[in-house]
Order: sequence, then structure tokens, then C-alpha cells
Amino acid sequence: MKNLRYIYLVIILAIAGCNNDEFLDREPTDILGEDQVWANDDLVFSVLADLYNRLPDYQGLENWWEYANFDETFASNAGDYWRHQNQEYGYGDWGMWDYGYIRDLNLFIQKCEEATEISAESKTRFLAEAKFIRAMVYFEHVKRMGGVPLILEPLEYDYSGDPTYLQYARAKEHEVYDFVIAEMEAVKNDLPDGGTKSRATKGAALSLISRAALYAGSIANYGQITPEVSLPGGEVGIPASMADAYYTAALKASEEVMALGTYELYDQDPDKSENYSNIFLNKNSNNEVIMAKDFLVQGRTHGFTIENIPRSLREENTSGGKMNPSLNLIQSYELLDNTFAELPTKDASGNPIYYDEPMDIFAGRDPRLLGTVIVPGSSFRGKEVDIWAGYKLADGSVITSGQLGGQAQLPGSSASVQVVGFDGPIDQLEWSAQNGFYLRKYVDTSVGSGQRGTGSAVWLVRFRYAEILLNAAEAAFELDQLEKAAEYMNQVRRRAGFPMDLTPGEIDFDRIVHERKVELAFENHILWDNKRWRLAHRVWNGVTTDLTNNPGDALAVSTRVFGLKPFKYYEPGSPNNGKWIFEEFLPAPVFNAHRFRLGNYYSLIGDNVRNNNPKIVRNPNQ
Amino acid sequence: MKLNFKNILGMMGIAASLASCSYDNYDEPSFQLDGRIVYQGEPIGVSYNDVYIELWESGWQRLGNIGVAVDQDGSYSSLLFKGEYKMIIPNNQGPFRKITNDQSGNDTIPVNLTGSRTMDIEVMPYYMIRNTDISGGSNKVTATFDLDQIITDENAKEIQEVSLYVSKTAFVDTRTSIATTNIGGGDLEDLSGITLEVDVPDRVPTQNYGYARIGVKLEGVEDRIFSQIVKVNL
Repeated sequence: MKNLRYIYLVIILAIAGCNNDEFLDREPTDILGEDQVWANDDLVFSVLADLYNRLPDYQGLENWWEYANFDETFASNAGDYWRHQNQEYGYGDWGMWDYGYIRDLNLFIQKCEEATEISAESKTRFLAEAKFIRAMVYFEHVKRMGGVPLILEPLEYDYSGDPTYLQYARAKEHEVYDFVIAEMEAVKNDLPDGGTKSRATKGAALSLISRAALYAGSIANYGQITPEVSLPGGEVGIPASMADAYYTAALKASEEVMALGTYELYDQDPDKSENYSNIFLNKNSNNEVIMAKDFLVQGRTHGFTIENIPRSLREENTSGGKMNPSLNLIQSYELLDNTFAELPTKDASGNPIYYDEPMDIFAGRDPRLLGTVIVPGSSFRGKEVDIWAGYKLADGSVITSGQLGGQAQLPGSSASVQVVGFDGPIDQLEWSAQNGFYLRKYVDTSVGSGQRGTGSAVWLVRFRYAEILLNAAEAAFELDQLEKAAEYMNQVRRRAGFPMDLTPGEIDFDRIVHERKVELAFENHILWDNKRWRLAHRVWNGVTTDLTNNPGDALAVSTRVFGLKPFKYYEPGSPNNGKWIFEEFLPAPVFNAHRFRLGNYYSLIGDNVRNNNPKIVRNPNQ
Repeated sequence: MKLNFKNILGMMGIAASLASCSYDNYDEPSFQLDGRIVYQGEPIGVSYNDVYIELWESGWQRLGNIGVAVDQDGSYSSLLFKGEYKMIIPNNQGPFRKITNDQSGNDTIPVNLTGSRTMDIEVMPYYMIRNTDISGGSNKVTATFDLDQIITDENAKEIQEVSLYVSKTAFVDTRTSIATTNIGGGDLEDLSGITLEVDVPDRVPTQNYGYARIGVKLEGVEDRIFSQIVKVNL
């Protein structure tokens, strides 16, 4: 009987509860509706922040390993040795097909245009910013895939069972570039001039034009070298006749950036090497950076410094020293008299050259070398790194240890002494200077940035003024305006610390290629530059080749990453005792040559994409 | 008793699951399609994993191809199910041009597979390597050969370079070569009686033989034409 009473109670409660029709119709408390978002500037801004955050970087601070795919650096990390062991690049490498992202951008633009409750001023700026991001994303697509369908409004399916009206063919490659350029011309004046580096600005829009037009121009120009890398419908390949117009657009946009007066080359430290590394570390008074992906201590940080800090200085007991810039790159830095030379390890008759100090071998070179790379004998965070491979005896034998800072006995002595540096190089020992070098660029000097709990807040520079100058120099060179080309390139070189200008007559294709290689190393340019110049299949041609003797040659084959071992010479009584000698070597994990096939110029479009949309044509040579 | 019953039940379950597996799977493909890429019956050598043939089977909801790699001696093979396939050599694959198929009227080759079958694919190579003679001894490999230009019309290609490769294993091309010698196309005086010679460095561990072949790179064609691989004494 007692039970029955409860049952009645429940029934009564249930009936009474249902009286209220609104009972189940509640405002969610954990999610914002569309109407709520579009009524408030701050909320719209947070939607936009998500769109900014999704901008892809093929190589960046959060994916250091992609830098090791080419000839800039050796990956001193066992899990990444395969990057030096592959016989070819996969056709799908550096591919992208992100229409989910494009749809979100199109939705944002559509909603923003319809919004009535946000201020007109914010609306204009938000719209321009979203269009900037969309142009960036289309630019990412076109440089990886060639022409892609240009979808500029959100597509809706009508559930009719026939989705063919949603299937768009690929646009021509130049049409995507034209879209990016035209869109940025249209919105550049809606964006603020300066004031922020993590949001779109007029300078960023112009920089995008500068870069995109330069890419399109060089594909039109150098695409003639590889007529096979094209499709009959123009989805891949740009007619040679369009090159001049693109170069002109690139030059014009670059000069507009210069005319803004907002940006200048960073030149604040008397030590030119330090000045160069501070471009990437100094976030306070830096007018060189035009746009960056920013990070914040205690907000959002990355582990680039944890991964790449010199082993002997690391702040965690794991990881460190993963990127070892290659000797290929290091010998590319010129001498201060504007000439190229290998690192002098041997004299004319083949005998080793003896140096008093390990850094002497790098003396008289482009200061950007020491601003980019930590070489043996140099300091980081005020402490000298300990990079040396062992003692070399007069008979050529080596005394070393398999342990960092390991000890052994030298001949004629019973005392154990240190016979290898605390930073290496030791063959096959990961997370140390296995090839004799560490990376300095982007590695944070502030204490704590190498700890997992803190992380580094160094920003990832996406556009900076020096690139704009080099874009202008290249465009001017291609348009036969050598005076201009020399002037723009010399601005960058003077800042770098070169006492002597290049004359207009000295500017040639090799110079253009070289200057970008050293100024923009580790800034996600090498692949795209070598692609657009159609150098990639010639420089990374799969042939096992020794280190070039001519580092200034744009066509020098560079398929394997080399290193440099510093040895202390041991011969008591000899004047050379205790001096330094150097040997070039190939790190043991590097055993295959990079091979860039013609099918790698434009990435594979997956079967799933082509199944869903039969109008998509395949990329050539795959 | 109770425990035993449970055990028996368990074992029966395992036995049933094992036995049932043989019913709900397809048999593995059993028909072998093989053959060679040939010109007038003579196989055309290529580098490994570089030249692909695609097999397409229609009638499925989603399309995807079966990629078949052409081996170094120009042969290919694939185990397939019974069915009607379309064979395609993708554009710009291989050092040759495709020829029109009589049945399809274009470059698609229909393959009706009802049993294992050997099928050579005729193509038009730009050049053929003929009268090859490769010999080795005392750390040196010498090759003499003739080049026969097959395509001479407007599609003809210039020779970029001819190379002799020596490798420690039976995979022989630029990737594996331990000794290579090249002659640029412009330096060739005559297409017949071309001689290439290369000194082979010391092998570690010691190996008194090697594998060698000739490769020809053409202007504007990515894949090289290769001669057949020859084992040589060093």
C-alpha cells in the first residue's frame, strides 16, 4: 500500500510538471547561439581568433621536424632519422585539402555581412580580416596543390539526392593567384596600418600580394623549364606571357609596404649576429615583423626551445638539441668580401689547417651565420657550448668516448681526461649536436623557456620586412631593373653586416636564390622557393653527391646533410698541440639522397576527394 | 562438474569462432596478371618503384586504382580477382609514349580477366639501348652499346645524358649506384658504339662482384631508359 502512494505521487508530479510547455525549452548555458554571437563585438572577435589560429604552417615552431625534410638541417632525433633515409618524397607530402576551414570562413563572411548589431567600424574590419585569412588559405592551397575550386560562399545541400550541383571543377592555377591578389587589393584599405602583428593589417595584406604575385610570376617564368609539370586545363602551370605582369604586381605591392613607413629593418644591436637573432626574439620594439603567430607565457606557449636548446644547457632531463643545421647551409654564408668559399679545413696540399680557437674557422663570414647557428666554441645564454669530437693524434687515430663529456686516457698518461664535448658530436647519439652544430634562430634565450611547464613564447614570424625587400629585389631583377634590385638587396645585406655593397651588375639569379636561402633560413621558405624556381628536382635530384665546392651556385646538388667534427690535436711538444682541426663528415643516419620527383611539385589529390567530385582532375606526373 | 561444463562451453565457443571464420571471408585473389612493357617484343628497363601501371575496375561505388609497379626489367605482375579491368599507364610515366589500343580506340587497355594471364604491353620508347656489352674486372666496369632512336617525328626527344651505374645489389640506378659515369647528350658524337667506363671504389665489406647497367636520360622525360642488369666481376 505504501508503494502505491509513491506511484500516485509520481504520476501527479509528472502531470503537473507537464503543464508548463516551456519546461523543456531552455536556453543552453554552455554554448552561445549564433544570434548571441553576432550581437557582440567581443564574441565575434573570439570566433575570428579561432579562424586565425587555424592558419596552417608547413614548417613552424610547433612542428620543427618538417624543417629536416630538406637540406637545411639534420634531425638529431632517432624518430626522425627516416627523413634522411627516404629514397623519395611521397606524392602526398605537403598536401592540403581543407574545405571545412574554407566553409567556416565563408560562413563567417556571410554572417558578418548580414549582421546588424555590431558596430559598422568593427564590421568592416572583421570582414577584411576574414577575407585576409581566406586569401591566406587559398594561397596555402594553390602553392601546394595548384589550382583548386574557388568556393566563395557557404554551399548548402538540398537533400534532393543529387549533389552534383555542389561539385566544382578546379580553377586554373593563375586564377587562384589572381583571386588572392585582387581580394587583398580590395580590402587593404579596410585594415589598420600597423598597431598589431598578430591580426591582419594593411602591411600584411600587401605582403601577401607581394609574395603571391612573386610566386605566380616565377611559376610562369621558370615553369618553362618543366613543361611536363602542367595540365591542359591550366589547373597546374601558368602561361609564360603572364610573368611580367605578376612581377610588376609583386614589385608594386612591396614598394607600397615600404612607402607605409610603418616597417623598417631591425637594427638595434651593435653586434650584428645578435641583432639578427633578436629579430625573432624581440617582441617589444620590433618594426621589422609584419605578421606573426604570437605566443604568451602563462597563456599559450610552444616547446620549440625544449626541443632545440643545446644539450649541455637544457632545462629538462629529456630532449634538446634536435635540430643540427647542416654544413650545406653553413658553408653557404658568404665571406664579408661578398665571395663564396667552403670552410677551410685543409690547405692546398691536403694537410689539416690548425686553428687556435674553434670559432676561428668561421671568422670573416656573414654575421647572420652566428645569428642562425650555434657553432662550436660559441655561447648561448652566456655559456659556451662544448662541441668537440675528440683528440686527434699525430698518426691520425682518434681518442673519443661514446658518452657526452666522456673520459679516457691519452697516450703516455695514466690520468683520465675529458675526450669529447658535453654537446657531442657522437655518432648516432640523438638530442645533441650530432653533426657539430645547434640551431640558434628562434631558440629562446629567456630562462625557463626550456622547461615543459613554462615553454617558450617566441613568436613565429610569417611576414617580415626583409622578405618584402628581397621579394622586391627579385621582382625588379626579373624585370631587368638591376639598379633597384641591387638597392633593395643591399639594404638587407647592410643590415646583416656587409661592409661592401653589391653592384647592379653582380645581381644574378644565383644571388637572388642565395640571399633568400641565408636570410630566410628556417622560415618556411626553402620548399616553396625551390618549387617556384623549378630548382627542387634539380637540387634534390636523388643523386648521392658530395658537398658542393661552390656554395654560391643555385644549381649545386645538395641531397644529403653534412656535418663538421672539431678535433683537438694531441702531440705533446709539437707547436700544433692543443690546436683545433676540422673534418667534414656525413652523419651516420644519413644514407639516402633526397629525391624530388616531378610529381612532387603539386601534391596528390586523394581518391576520396576525386570520388566525391569527379570534376577534380589529377595532378601531373603521379 | 560445474567447472567442467563451463570449460567445455568456453572451448566450444572458441572452436565455433575459429571454424566460422572460414565462411565469412572472400578467398584471396588468385588470378595472376603479368607481363612486360615491350617494344616489338623487347622489354624496356626502368628504375624500380618509379613507373606505375594503374588497374581500374568499374562497377563499384567508389573508384580507386590498383597501382602496379613496373620492375627493373620491365616486367609487372599482380594477383587479382576475376573481373573486367581497365589498364592505364598514367601520363608522363615511363620513358616511352603510349600507343592507341585497337579495342578501346584510346590509350586504355581493356583486360578481361577470367584466369591467370600473361600480357605484354606494347609502347613506343623514345630510344632503345641495343647491342649492350658490359664487362668488369680489376675494379673497373666497361660498357659499350648503341642507341636506336625510335621516335623521330615531332615528339622526338634529345638525349640529356647517358650513364653507367654500378651497384652492390641487384637494384641499379642513381639511388643505389656506388660508381657512376656520365656523358652529356651534346658530347655524344655518334649514337652507335658508345663506350662508358667507370672505376669502382673499394667495397666494405669486400665484395668481388657488382651489378651494372646503362641508363639514358632524355630532355623533358623524367624516367630513364635502362638496359638489363648484368652481374659483373670486379
